[in-house]
Amino acid sequence: MEELLTSYLPIVIFVGICLVIGLALLVSPFLLAYKSPDDEKLSAYECGFDAFDDSRMKFDVRFYLVSILFIIFDLEVAFLFPWAASFGEVGWFGLWSMMFFLGVLTVGFIYEWKKGALEWE
Amino acid sequence: MLGLQAFFFYIFAFIAVGSALMVVLAKNPVHSVLFLILTFVAAAGLFLLAGAEFLALILIVVYVGAVAILFLFVVMMLDLDVGQLKSRAIQYAPFGAIIAVLLLAELIIAGSGTIADPVLASQTALPMAEAGGASNIEALGNVLYTRYILFFQLAGLILFVAMIGAIVLTLRHKEKVRRQSIPDQVARNPSTSIEVKQVESGRGI
Repeated sequence: MEELLTSYLPIVIFVGICLVIGLALLVSPFLLAYKSPDDEKLSAYECGFDAFDDSRMKFDVRFYLVSILFIIFDLEVAFLFPWAASFGEVGWFGLWSMMFFLGVLTVGFIYEWKKGALEWE
Repeated sequence: MLGLQAFFFYIFAFIAVGSALMVVLAKNPVHSVLFLILTFVAAAGLFLLAGAEFLALILIVVYVGAVAILFLFVVMMLDLDVGQLKSRAIQYAPFGAIIAVLLLAELIIAGSGTIADPVLASQTALPMAEAGGASNIEALGNVLYTRYILFFQLAGLILFVAMIGAIVLTLRHKEKVRRQSIPDQVARNPSTSIEVKQVESGRGI
């Protein structure tokens, strides 16, 4: 337990250095930078004219479909890691358990392939 | 829990609770999602302190890497009117209150259960990596695919239903869009694509 946590010490140091550098870059302009505010400098600038409207807009639901399908296969792969790590331990039963799991998701994969959910039109 | 470990536990716990509060309180939905990511990262830190190394990293990979990014994508791009959402929020407040009370009751029952039964408390506080000397990922793998096969297969079926559901609900093929059909292209040959006509002179086809 102890050595597990001490093995994460480099990550703690890494995060600490990241925080220090990030905060230093965030704070130093407030202390060091030369300031002379001006109406023109502070006004909206988008290639010379004010923004027409909000950047948010309606867009194709297909983008979500792609990302939801990605998450599903991401989770499927996440289930493979512990299986691979204890492959010798779980035996034939574990093997067929995983094959059934993969089979169910492969049926889904065939369905989405045949439905054309992966195609962009 | 000893000195340094307790110190990190409190850091992660405060970040998790504080950023979870900010998820609810932040005015801008994009900031809410960013705080949600911070909550996930802090929760991953707590998992790590409990010895659940694999779960901590999977939390980062799946929740931060995929789910939160999907949320962020939806919130940043969607055409939503924050003012309208606020007025609807009051309408839904009673349902939210019911769920909050249920969750609080569950937490109190879970918490008081370990106080009432000291044996249970000693078992739930056991770090995960201690199980049989195996690492966290092996400890999970040893039981997940054999002893808890029902839950594993149910998880597979839930993923399957999610896949089918997402396709059924959102997939609409537009009419009059000409798609590329690679088998048709490959199967083409001169006899199916070229027709030789004898054209009489002075007349069209």
